[in-house]
Amino acid sequence: MAIDTKLASEAKEAKKKEMILFLSNTEEREHFLSKNNRKLLSDPLNDNNPITVQVLGICSALAITVQLEPAIVMALAVTAVLAFSNMIVSLIRNLIPNRIRIIVQLVIVASLVILVDQILKAYAYDVSKQLSVFVGLIITNCIVMGRLEAFALGNGVYKSFLDGIGNAAGYGVILIIVAFFRELLGSGKLFGFEVLGHKAAVAAESTGLYAYGYENNGLMLLSPMALIVVGIIIWVQRARNRKLIEQN
Amino acid sequence: MEEIPVNKTNTNGYTFMFAIIMVVVVASVLAFTATTLQPIQNENVRQEKMQNILATVGIETERSEAEEKYNKYITETIALNEDGSINEKADAFTVDLAKELKKPGVDQVYPLYIANIEGSKYYIIPLRGKGLWDAIWGYVSLKDDVNTIKGAVFDHKGETPGLGAEITQTWFRERFADEKIFDGSGNLIGVSVVKGNVGPSNKDDNKVDAISGATITGNGVSDMISERLIHYLPYLKQQKDIKVAIQ
Repeated sequence: MAIDTKLASEAKEAKKKEMILFLSNTEEREHFLSKNNRKLLSDPLNDNNPITVQVLGICSALAITVQLEPAIVMALAVTAVLAFSNMIVSLIRNLIPNRIRIIVQLVIVASLVILVDQILKAYAYDVSKQLSVFVGLIITNCIVMGRLEAFALGNGVYKSFLDGIGNAAGYGVILIIVAFFRELLGSGKLFGFEVLGHKAAVAAESTGLYAYGYENNGLMLLSPMALIVVGIIIWVQRARNRKLIEQN
Repeated sequence: MEEIPVNKTNTNGYTFMFAIIMVVVVASVLAFTATTLQPIQNENVRQEKMQNILATVGIETERSEAEEKYNKYITETIALNEDGSINEKADAFTVDLAKELKKPGVDQVYPLYIANIEGSKYYIIPLRGKGLWDAIWGYVSLKDDVNTIKGAVFDHKGETPGLGAEITQTWFRERFADEKIFDGSGNLIGVSVVKGNVGPSNKDDNKVDAISGATITGNGVSDMISERLIHYLPYLKQQKDIKVAIQ
């Protein structure tokens, strides 16, 4: 009788172990671009966009979207910082003392930002001058700290990396869309090329659209228009994506 | 009695150790990167300086070509003493104006670049002064008559974007072209940045139009120009009879 119960409990234990092994195996075997992982990348692009849905990181969207080139560099800089800080925090998430975790996250983000800034100064000097203080301000970009707290502290390294890339892409896409419209309508250029024709000081010498009396909209170059363009993007997105409409 | 499990990451000792190790690791990584990238960054700054000097005399170049063009057009780089004599010891290109400005006037060296473009001679004078938040600097070039400005460039460390920071823009820089630095009776005035429409076509009034919302930065530009130019007066006098130049 006693032996029977012992055997039964042993069998139970074995089954439990098998179950655990099975579970952990499936987690390890999960395809590296499984549905869940793809969702980490695609969610922030639309349903959970950091700018248009969570309304984070707006300040830099106002400041550096006058031209496409700095916007793209900014997007890349945020991608690097977000992906790597997510990875590092996830890697040491079980070692970080809980009481100083915010400070630890800040130190990691700040040092990555300094690295990015130094590299830009060495290899993309002109762009780094244009971005000036805004590279440093990535530290205060709420998206970065938000993802570290909300995701990296509780998830594995690879998933955190994907989450970082996804959120940075969601941020970058909006920056690039805003910069596209602001540069095109504000100065009639894309990447510095005069795509709408050349506007000469003497009206008769103008070419392209300017020859027909087209004028650049100087207001597009000012910060408030970035906010209005972001507003229009939010409007379009909500009109197309039913999930985002609040139910009352 | 069962022992209460203590999470080791919550003890004071662990927290301190973690913080110390983290700081050491981060500091070494950053120090290593900064030292490795320093030479490339300094080279960028040097090329940008050449680019700015050339821009004052109307030669806009890419940064990569700046050195070549600089060597072609800038024929002389000299350091001056307060009395207008040439200081043989100082290397004019590497003079750090930020340090020089802290010394009394007689101890300073005054760098001067002389450009020769298709037969015309230009004197390029480096400037440095105070804006609203931090340092502003730039270069101003004088034509052969040492009175008329050929061009100017300005840069800043931390002026307000959209207001004071606009001094770097071409439209602001262009206002300085053909302005005179001496008044009608031959006194060195410099060029003042003033409020109100001072008539961009009037090039003899020693005044240019300011940027709205950037009064203090504008005053900084005026002060910097007059303060720096006055030290070059002895040298400029040797070059030309200024009274004659004005008439």
